[in-house]
Amino acid sequence: MKVLMLGWELPPFISGGLGTACKGIADGLIKNYIDLIFVIPTGRGGDSVLDSSVKVICADKYIPAQNYLRDFNKKYKQDEENQIVGDFSPYYTSRKNLPSNKAEEAIAEKISLQEEHSILNFAGNYGRNLFLEVMKYAYIGRALGEEESFDIIHAHDWMTFPAGIAAKEASGKPLVVHVHSTEYDRSCLHQNNTIIDIEKKGFDAADKIIAVSFYTKNMIAEKYEVNPDKIEVVHNAVDKNTQFLRYQIRKGFEEKIVLFLGRITEQKGPGYFLDAAVKVLNKMSNVRFVMSGSGDMFPQIVSKMAEYDIADKFHFTGFLNGDMVETIFAMSDLYIMPSVSEPFGISPFEALLYDIPVVISKQSGASEILEHAPKVNFSDTDELAAIIIKMLEDKELRDTVVRQCKEDMQNISWANSSARIKKIYNQLAGK
Amino acid sequence: MSSLCFYFQVHQPFRLKTKYTFFEIGKNHFYEDESLNRDICNKVSKNCYIPATRLMLDLVEKFKGKFKVSFSISGTALEQFQQFNPEVIELFKNLHKTGCVEFFAETYYHSLAFLYSIEEFRQQVEKHRRAIKELFGGEPVTFRNTELVYSNAIAMEAKNMGFKNILAEGVDKIPGRLSFAAPLGGGGLPDADADGGLGGNPAAGHAFPFGLYYPRGVPEMNLLLRNYRLSDDIAFRFSEKSWKEYPLTAAKYVKRLSGTNSWNKISGESAHKASGYASLSDAALPSAGRTMDKAADKTNSRRIINLFMDYETLGEHHSAQTGIFDFFENLISTIINKTDIEFVMPKEVSQKGLNKTAEKIDVPDIISWADEERDLSAWQGNSMQKSALNMIYKLEENIKKLGNEEITHLWRKLQTSDHFYYMSTKRFQDGAVHRYFNYFPTPYDAYIIYCNVVNDLYETVKKRV
Repeated sequence: MKVLMLGWELPPFISGGLGTACKGIADGLIKNYIDLIFVIPTGRGGDSVLDSSVKVICADKYIPAQNYLRDFNKKYKQDEENQIVGDFSPYYTSRKNLPSNKAEEAIAEKISLQEEHSILNFAGNYGRNLFLEVMKYAYIGRALGEEESFDIIHAHDWMTFPAGIAAKEASGKPLVVHVHSTEYDRSCLHQNNTIIDIEKKGFDAADKIIAVSFYTKNMIAEKYEVNPDKIEVVHNAVDKNTQFLRYQIRKGFEEKIVLFLGRITEQKGPGYFLDAAVKVLNKMSNVRFVMSGSGDMFPQIVSKMAEYDIADKFHFTGFLNGDMVETIFAMSDLYIMPSVSEPFGISPFEALLYDIPVVISKQSGASEILEHAPKVNFSDTDELAAIIIKMLEDKELRDTVVRQCKEDMQNISWANSSARIKKIYNQLAGK
Repeated sequence: MSSLCFYFQVHQPFRLKTKYTFFEIGKNHFYEDESLNRDICNKVSKNCYIPATRLMLDLVEKFKGKFKVSFSISGTALEQFQQFNPEVIELFKNLHKTGCVEFFAETYYHSLAFLYSIEEFRQQVEKHRRAIKELFGGEPVTFRNTELVYSNAIAMEAKNMGFKNILAEGVDKIPGRLSFAAPLGGGGLPDADADGGLGGNPAAGHAFPFGLYYPRGVPEMNLLLRNYRLSDDIAFRFSEKSWKEYPLTAAKYVKRLSGTNSWNKISGESAHKASGYASLSDAALPSAGRTMDKAADKTNSRRIINLFMDYETLGEHHSAQTGIFDFFENLISTIINKTDIEFVMPKEVSQKGLNKTAEKIDVPDIISWADEERDLSAWQGNSMQKSALNMIYKLEENIKKLGNEEITHLWRKLQTSDHFYYMSTKRFQDGAVHRYFNYFPTPYDAYIIYCNVVNDLYETVKKRV
């Protein structure tokens, strides 16, 4: 069984949870004896972290046969003329760890000089040319659909759906689209209709849809009017082998830390975290709140915190890299995920690996797995504040939540998830 | 005969580390970016403080006492000179020996303390007064508050501390009062153009303020008001190529300063406007212009033009290549050789009798020399700034209880107004000025770093009190 897997992120080229999930899935599939061709927009982030048996194709290095190139150049010119400029606020925010615009352009220019034979110069992130890049990626999909041999096409999130559809048209092989998040999750208030259209086309063209949670399955069925029978739920997992010791990081103060870690965007609910913090601080003082991450709501949240005049108890760390993420987890006493809409939500699982109790929003895929975690409606900050106080005051409760949630976590693993995905492949291939 | 008062502000803050993150709180008590502060101090000393002060010395010597100049040097700047560029202090000492220079007093830490704690304000002014006395000898008699933050109450406080003179911005509008530049009913003069300077409307453009004033309720005090149009022609517009008057020459500038006929008439009219500010009924008279000549005569006898600006104007804000030093040298020699304008220092205005015709100015609400608004919005304009100011002044009680000199000094350095200026989110024209002075990528970074630092200080104090 050989699968053409179309991804947009893969560590180390990653800006969110998508890359991590794709790696987990790919690793699990390899262990289940699936052969993979993994396509990513660019190899610029560094060498692939996947098993050496995986054939990794970087779209910006891929040179299709001459007839494609001619065809592409003709079509590409048209598309460039009709270029749609995207505005992708939920993703902008994750760009801090990517090269800045100017640097990006410089790099892009350098690449185009070095590799004039390549047809693509991908930024491969979520910049203003995202739509154009998605279309370019689709041409590669079509070319690969004809040139490579495989049994199944597996596309992750909307950026790769047009490529998946193109590959299916070219090869006649079944298409699986994997939904890590929908436009309705990412943009709570103002959805981008172009993206919704692309998602809908992907769902319609797919032979099977994999959703990362029942929450997401319902979302797809309701918002995109897709027959629920077509949608399988395969939960994500976390790499539990990485068990972190909460080694004693000396804090410079004695207060307990309540942590928010994620993009500071509408989807992640940072404003609810702040409002709950104010309510907690009205009732207790031996606590500090920390917001880690960056995002388009950052200025707004900072200003609002200043208005509340709680700068002696509420802190911002900015975007944190790997080491610092470990440090802040190790320092924290309670983790809050107040997401407005979270298809899965890997961060509470990470927190649990550090033995940090979690409070999560009901509007999340994670809540399907973490049965024993306290849950709130994202907007109910009274309830959230009350739970925070209760947890901070009760060590036994914190320990219990950690213990029971870790048991909940035993039900998920990448091996299990991949085995389920393999089953889906087999059903489709046997058609 | 008119008088001209040149005063330069010298200030450098202790800038904070831009990488002082949340993780440092309670662990790292070194807040300042010493290498950045050293680099900036070295650069500005090389570009401005050293060559400009040498030029001042040359001019004083060349014109044998006819050229006089005043300075206010913040305590945080003095400390950095002592640490990084002692030559600058030596040059100022040499200048002081000539007797042609006056050093003012201000808050040692270039702070907004007056707005938060009178006690803290007094202590900082005392500390600065002592520092100036120790360095240069002589007791400062003129007070200038940080960024020319001024009101009746501040003038009263300065008087109580023994000062004779105080400085303020010559604003167009005093909050809650009639505009200085209010058009006369039926009068032919167009309104003043705030940023036109020389090229704007010369008529109303630079006429006010033209005399000496005294603060309401404090008649014994002399109040010198900055002529912002003429000051900003040099401070802001000198090297601006899109400005109509570019390039500004000494001859052109002196023509505006000195008594051409039109100037006299205009100043007479504006004098009337200004007195209209003092007495509302006159200004409302449609026939106001008729008394012009009389007003002009009256004005001329006590005319004083106050050019107040950052010292860094010379060589730093405008680099030497722009010709700013040549301009300044030419300006001084032209004034001395070709006009009857006399240089004065604020400490001389009483003995020269300039105060005899002083008019009362009532400033019930705070004004300053910053931004278009000339108010406190540059430091208190948004919630971050207010939160940061609250945080630092909330510490006062415990800091004073602790009485630790080193910690008090740390706390006070965090009161320097620049820290709050960096947090300003103003856009448009002033935003550009803000960005020029800001070493933080955004105001939000400035606020967050500042809060981290102050949180560490909270921890230090908490552990000791």
